Amino acid sequence: MREELHPLGLEVVSVALDAGGAEAAGPWIDRAGTTHPALIDATHVLGELLGIVNVPSGVWVDEDGWIVRPPEPAFPWRPRQPDEELLAQLPAVTAEQLRESQKIRIEPERYLAALRDWVARGGESQYALAPDEVVARSRPRGEEPARAAACFELADHLRRAGHGSDATRWFREAHRLDPDNWTYKRQAWSLADPLQGPTDDYDSDWLTDVRRIGAENYYPPLDL
Amino acid sequence: MIITRLDQPPAELERRTGWAIKPEGACRAEACVPLPQPFDVRELARRLRMPLVGDEQHGMWALGPEFGGHALSSAELPDIVLPDRDGRDFDLRSLRGTKVFMIAWASW
Repeated sequence: MREELHPLGLEVVSVALDAGGAEAAGPWIDRAGTTHPALIDATHVLGELLGIVNVPSGVWVDEDGWIVRPPEPAFPWRPRQPDEELLAQLPAVTAEQLRESQKIRIEPERYLAALRDWVARGGESQYALAPDEVVARSRPRGEEPARAAACFELADHLRRAGHGSDATRWFREAHRLDPDNWTYKRQAWSLADPLQGPTDDYDSDWLTDVRRIGAENYYPPLDL
Repeated sequence: MIITRLDQPPAELERRTGWAIKPEGACRAEACVPLPQPFDVRELARRLRMPLVGDEQHGMWALGPEFGGHALSSAELPDIVLPDRDGRDFDLRSLRGTKVFMIAWASW
């Protein structure tokens, strides 16, 4: 995608929301052999600044630094689906997660077509939103999600300071206050168990939560 | 933002929120919100509608973002400076003049 659109005036910037920092995200960046800016957001500042609550999320920014599409589910391509032979070699919880993830609704063809249209037509593209629409489409921030942001930051700070059990209490509070925020949940779950399976620290896990809401509701419908 | 003293203006306040503490109060652009003396983060949080949560045992608090609106208060991209995998800071403002597709992902 970048090879196609970079010569036409688009730069891709990837940002890993990873509390593990370069140690966690670095090997993935190295394997991908990225040529675009590949950044790491170890404290999830993008969640607070832009309202990102799940990954992958895409944000479009024009030449003057104005957001023309706020965070939304972004699949410019369809992820490769593992076959049964590969699934059989994986830990059971990972294989179940991957099977469930195949039910998640994504629309990479529509998304990439919209991105191409914006790159070609700029502000004339129907997919480039006016500033008021960008703000209106960004995530509403009531008191509970704002409080959850504070709890998440406090939890992560306590964790880095070596107060793991106190950190868990604040991660749990962030989850309670903002249950639709998957980055808060998945980050905390992955710190307790890299496979994000059930643990004693949390009342839920990825597979349980996705099945509870229905995999088809994991991302909001793409509203282009 | 993380706070360890409630009786001092948070050092990161202006960079993180745009609000600066001045003699007339907390000010951002043309707006100033009066603050009582002596300074108290709890009062700042209440008047700016920012949640303050605290872990008394460790003497740490966190001040959350303003609530009552949307995550974006403006369509202008906020200042974002983040490190790459080698720890070198990258300022997104350096890409002015180019369309940017920013994609957030995670290793987890």
